[in-house]
Amino acid sequence: MSINLALIGKVYPITSPYEVGREKIREFATAIGDFNPAFHDVAAAQALGYRDLIAPPTFAILVTFRAASIAMFDPELGVDYSRVVHGEQRFTYARPIIVGDRLAVVTTIENLRVAAGNDMVTTRAEVFAHDGELVVTAWSVTVARGTAGEQS
Amino acid sequence: MTASITWADVEVGTVLPELTVQLRRVDLVKYAGASGDFNPIHWNESFAVAVGLPDIIAHGMLTMASAGRIVTDWAVDPGAVLEYGVRFTRPVVVPNDDDGATLQITAVVGEKRDDGTVRVDITAKCLDATVLGKAQAVVRLA
Repeated sequence: MSINLALIGKVYPITSPYEVGREKIREFATAIGDFNPAFHDVAAAQALGYRDLIAPPTFAILVTFRAASIAMFDPELGVDYSRVVHGEQRFTYARPIIVGDRLAVVTTIENLRVAAGNDMVTTRAEVFAHDGELVVTAWSVTVARGTAGEQS
Repeated sequence: MTASITWADVEVGTVLPELTVQLRRVDLVKYAGASGDFNPIHWNESFAVAVGLPDIIAHGMLTMASAGRIVTDWAVDPGAVLEYGVRFTRPVVVPNDDDGATLQITAVVGEKRDDGTVRVDITAKCLDATVLGKAQAVVRLA
């Protein structure tokens, strides 16, 4: 089956907030092999002007991946999730994510296209702090290999 | 870590200190746990082969995170990254041995803007093949 191109522009309900913990930032930074003091040592982060630890740039994927998955698993969209690969990822940051942030995400299907027999889904995930401040915007391109045009 | 880079110091063509990153199977397991991305192509060899991959591959986001360190290690403030984007052009195959995969990360300043920011163009290679396309970060320097 092919993806349903009519879903371009579909907006999904805002997610329940994800609360950013200090140990989660340390765990994530350690998992990516990043021992920058701003991600581990509160005093070092404060010396840079932050009130607490900040998160590495790609930490945002923790909240945007989950939100984008809601779109990818949307039965109306018709993506074969067993054959998807991550094609592109881009973030823009208004500020770094910081300990104590309660982040909620609004995901929009920004684009859908078929190229070389692959379905390509572009989602835009806007990450808001609890006061409504936009913190990060993430664009993801997910490619479902070889599913376009098959019989459903 | 260099703690003294300023906007005035850099020019288009300024080369950042290069970075070598080893990704072993255990690193993929750690990243799966920390990120919540449990796609079996990153930890289950028979599954990876069954879906047409040569072997287990690294999470694209782990490669992206590793490559991004070249910028956050260089900038005085790792929170001053304003944009970061990549295309995942080739999978990073991680063999089941002590060395795993080796990423060679290099970067150069591609653009210097009057607003105090620079665009850094990043190259990530594994076994001499480029694994990320159009990998660029915009960072504000002091």
